[in-house]
Amino acid sequence: MLNNSAKLKRNTLSKDVDIVATRDGYGMGLVELGEQRENVVVLCGDLTESTRSAGFREAYPDRFIQMGVAEQNMANVAVGLALNGKIPFVSTYAVFTPGRNWDQIRISGCYNNANVKYAGAHTGISVGPDGATHQAMEDIALTRVLPRMTVLVPCDVEETRKITHAAAAIVGPVYFRFARAGSPAFTSAKTPFKVGKAVVFRDGDEVAIIAAGPIVHSALLAADRLIEQGVSARVINNPSIKPLDEKTIEQAARECGAVVTCEEHQVMGGMGSAVAEFLAVTYPVPMEFIGMHNSFGESGEPAELLKKYKMDAEAIAAAVKKVIKRK
Amino acid sequence: MKRLTKLADLNRMANTLRKDVIEMLTEAGSGHSAGPLDLADIATALYFNVMKIDPKQRDDPDRDRLYVSCGHTAPIWYATLARAGFFPVEELKTLRKLGTRLQGHMDRLTVPGVESSSASLGQGLSISCGSAYAGQMDKKNYQTYCILSDGEHDEGSVWEAIQFAGHYHLQHLTAIIDRNNIQIDGPTEEVMTKEPLRDKYEAFGWHMIDVDGHNIEAVIDACNEAKAIVEKPVVINAHTIPGKGVDFMEYDFRWHGAPPGKVDTERGPAKSKQSAEALKQLRTLGGKIDNGDL
Repeated sequence: MLNNSAKLKRNTLSKDVDIVATRDGYGMGLVELGEQRENVVVLCGDLTESTRSAGFREAYPDRFIQMGVAEQNMANVAVGLALNGKIPFVSTYAVFTPGRNWDQIRISGCYNNANVKYAGAHTGISVGPDGATHQAMEDIALTRVLPRMTVLVPCDVEETRKITHAAAAIVGPVYFRFARAGSPAFTSAKTPFKVGKAVVFRDGDEVAIIAAGPIVHSALLAADRLIEQGVSARVINNPSIKPLDEKTIEQAARECGAVVTCEEHQVMGGMGSAVAEFLAVTYPVPMEFIGMHNSFGESGEPAELLKKYKMDAEAIAAAVKKVIKRK
Repeated sequence: MKRLTKLADLNRMANTLRKDVIEMLTEAGSGHSAGPLDLADIATALYFNVMKIDPKQRDDPDRDRLYVSCGHTAPIWYATLARAGFFPVEELKTLRKLGTRLQGHMDRLTVPGVESSSASLGQGLSISCGSAYAGQMDKKNYQTYCILSDGEHDEGSVWEAIQFAGHYHLQHLTAIIDRNNIQIDGPTEEVMTKEPLRDKYEAFGWHMIDVDGHNIEAVIDACNEAKAIVEKPVVINAHTIPGKGVDFMEYDFRWHGAPPGKVDTERGPAKSKQSAEALKQLRTLGGKIDNGDL
């Protein structure tokens, strides 16, 4: 059953759960930050509407910088602003940040320990009809290898709002990602979120499903179906990929004895890899990985793509059964 | 920090910096010679005359900022910062050694006075744009300087930054190009055409000033002229001689990435004597420059 202390919405598992894009949480968070912190500046590479930076542009036009389609320059103008007291949010698609300007992020952002916030929009397969070119499936791998970088992945619109605030509060480079498509808005303002913390959303003791991003909701649906088949799955929301909540993850491995990780990202180098790297040297257990297996996506509706590439509740349930057999 | 106002003192300082560079590189056994030597006059003009800067108030919000985009020229900036009082001169001989603050390329977090880490070419002008933009937002009058190599103009990101600075009329931004006509693989125009730099910059909305990069007085004048131009960003195209001050290094691209003692040269002494010969030339100025009491 759902963990009460997670304070999820009552209709989390019903059909009437609100569907809202996580990127809207970024837009809300930015406008709130604009009010709270006068040194927050938003940079956008000609994608103001679709990254949801438009609200900030309307509210604080003097602190919004139109960068044009020049993402390398955008990343380092942000560094120049940060070195001079601003908190810049770099807004574009994740295929461009960190995809196109990774060298700028590595040297000028991270080696400098510049206080820049990189917001990656249009991540995961759920980007949909735009196809493989726009579906960022590598961004977590690209950012989590960088020293000094914090990497955060929100599961719904409210958590995206919280993460936008958390990014501003951290001193140093932060990457966080969000998605284009609508997804269940199931966490509440009271749902705990803290950098470096994973939160148990559903109790269980036979397998731990550790997930990040909107796919967390699919993991909850999968766990709900599994209980009818007599399988008790713990679902952990793991938004803080770096730093990782080692305590919660090790405890899950010890108590459940098997782990399935879920993310809309390449399996190589993603959140699941981070969990596997940690458990391999602390408490190794059988693992399965839900994510993209070394291929590009394609055009289609989000639900169709999630099904085809085995990132939906059904695929998660199947992975759980598979991993339990290996215990 | 004492501002130098006499030309003889400025020329003497530039020569001291060149000697520091040769000694540092000899001690390190690796590093770049040509660029650091040819930047000595520009570095002297900036840190000892032009810039409003104080090693005792490194975080002064009104200080002038200098961002070095071509991080491989680190030795000249380390020598300059040490001589300007940001850290002890004795520390220069630790360049590139394990445990040093003076990394092969500049690290903002370890070296006092370094405004930004750099190395990967094509990044510093964008950072400088951010600095100038922040100053404009805060209604500050500080000047942001960016040192660029001519070779790094091959990088597309430099042109993104040039475009941005022109678009936003960053009036307190002064870029200075070390136009020494060499890069690692050879003469710049052979590796990849740079010219016409003036037409290119002007097309992007910049004002360009050409200057002899070894005439300290002219460099100071150009920097002051740049401050007086308020409607555009300004680029000072500083024409320099790579390896300036050491006869057997001048104009030879092989010294771009090599320290004294590492290049077989027809014009100079054997490798083992290159460092001593370079220092001797810098002490006596090789009879080429009349600096009176030097």
